[in-house]
Amino acid sequence: MRRLVLALLCGSAVSLAFAGVAVTDDAAQWGPYKVGDKRSGYTFAQPETRAIQEDDFENPAFLLVDAAAELWETAEGEAGKSCADCHEDVESMKGVGTRYPIYFEPWGKLMNVEQRINQCRVDNMKAEPWKYESDALLGMTMLVKLQSRGMPMEVSIDGPAAPFYEKGKAFYEERRGQLDMACAHCHVDNAGTMLRANLLTQGQPNGFPTYRLKWQKAGSLHRRLRGCNKQVRAKPFKAGSDEYVNLELYISHRANGLPVETPAVRN
Amino acid sequence: MITRIIASLAALSVSLGFCITAALAEEMVAYKVVDDIEIQDSLTGKPGDPAQGRKLAIDRKLGNCLACHSLPIPEQQFHGETGPDLAGVGSRLTPGEIRLRVVNPKLVNPDTMMPAFYRVTGLNRVMKDFAGKPILTAEQVEDVVAYLMTLKED
Ligand code: HEC
Ligand code: HEC
Ligand code: HEC
Repeated sequence: MRRLVLALLCGSAVSLAFAGVAVTDDAAQWGPYKVGDKRSGYTFAQPETRAIQEDDFENPAFLLVDAAAELWETAEGEAGKSCADCHEDVESMKGVGTRYPIYFEPWGKLMNVEQRINQCRVDNMKAEPWKYESDALLGMTMLVKLQSRGMPMEVSIDGPAAPFYEKGKAFYEERRGQLDMACAHCHVDNAGTMLRANLLTQGQPNGFPTYRLKWQKAGSLHRRLRGCNKQVRAKPFKAGSDEYVNLELYISHRANGLPVETPAVRN
Repeated sequence: MITRIIASLAALSVSLGFCITAALAEEMVAYKVVDDIEIQDSLTGKPGDPAQGRKLAIDRKLGNCLACHSLPIPEQQFHGETGPDLAGVGSRLTPGEIRLRVVNPKLVNPDTMMPAFYRVTGLNRVMKDFAGKPILTAEQVEDVVAYLMTLKED
């Protein structure tokens, strides 16, 4: 299984690398990682950091991805089922990473990939949900999103998702914390400039869960959001909270067109 | 002349008695904004200490002015770029104008990204450890103002 997954990955990495040969300088330089004014965090990263992302054997996030490939085939819970029993090959997850968060009718609110996986564990496997930042949930989320690597994000904000998108947008623009800053102050107004030792990016979510060198670990988007809140001395929300899932919809839609990069590598 | 009185007393937070800290109990000093452009009077009634102000501008947990500004502090490797270079600011602005910008720059530009360093009200979801406290004390504000006033154009 491990070898199969890695072979698949290498395939998509190669196609990603070749997709970008195009006319303008920027496009030639950044390939699919820059679409119009949208720039992935990849285009702001140091060459050494990008090199780790480009080599799945170097990228430490793949330890969790490989473990998840085994979990995919492991029956758990009272129903005695594995993910594979219902979903067959993990390749069936292709495209999922481009579409989430979605509006989930039974909840009457949004659901992200982490929550979708746990919903399957609870409802379909009769197993315990995985903890939000656990290795198992991080690994499985990466494995699922990896099947969409290189595909453009295309999150929908139509119909019942619209009001949640509006909430996420308001969150993005609202000042908070003792330092009284909004996401937009750093990631829209000042992307590309130095905040002391940090080069600010557009704060795009297309590479999550991401291996972060500073964490020495893979982490979820919501962990990153908590960090960005705490950095301005604002009370963070819980990972998996409605506030963060709504915000995730807003920033994922903002990233539409950028390729899924999971698991990306960042500072 | 338009004179406004801003800021008032920090409410003494409901506390468990034994854990009231000096900082929490400290009252915010009232100040007067003159002509919408400056706070002329020192918050402490005394001049600040420029050497202390320089340290505060570097300190990541206090002023951290270097997060956003370039300053003539060559021993520090990283200087921010989101705000203007402050070299020579002591020739461009009066002490009162600088004081207003440090105390609450939103009174100059409501959209600015720069934090208000001496303000405890009108903030949203402040972390518990920082709630009800300004980023800098009145004395520290004066130290920073005194330091910036030493930054003269050549
Ligand atoms: C008993 C069958 C069953 C098992 C076991 C199961 N699922 Fe599912 N899963 C489903 C069904 C049915 C759906 C479609 C749900 C719906 O339409 O609401 C689904 C949907 C999903 C989706 C969303 C797909 C999409 O296109 O939006 C993901 C992701 C997913 N499952 C992951 C997993 C993972 C990971 C596991 C193992 C931890 C797992 N599932 C175990 C039945 C199962
Ligand atoms: C004080 C500035 C600041 C604020 C405010 C801020 N961030 Fe960040 N954020 C950073 C820094 C610094 C990084 C790491 C470098 C980078 O990617 O910009 C970062 C990284 C990120 C990343 C990871 C990007 C990647 O490529 O991996 C995301 C996503 C993000 N921020 C979202 C947000 C959201 C959403 C908010 C509002 C809740 C927010 N940030 C508020 C400074 C900020
Ligand atoms: C989060 C970023 C940020 C931090 C931290 C910050 N500033 Fe600023 N500052 C700015 C920006 C941006 C401006 C530009 C004016 C505006 O936005 O209205 C500015 C403007 C100023 C000005 C006016 C300069 C001029 O030439 O008109 C002064 C003085 C100033 N800052 C002092 C300070 C001091 C002193 C500190 C530390 C105690 C500090 N700033 C911390 C972002 C910041």
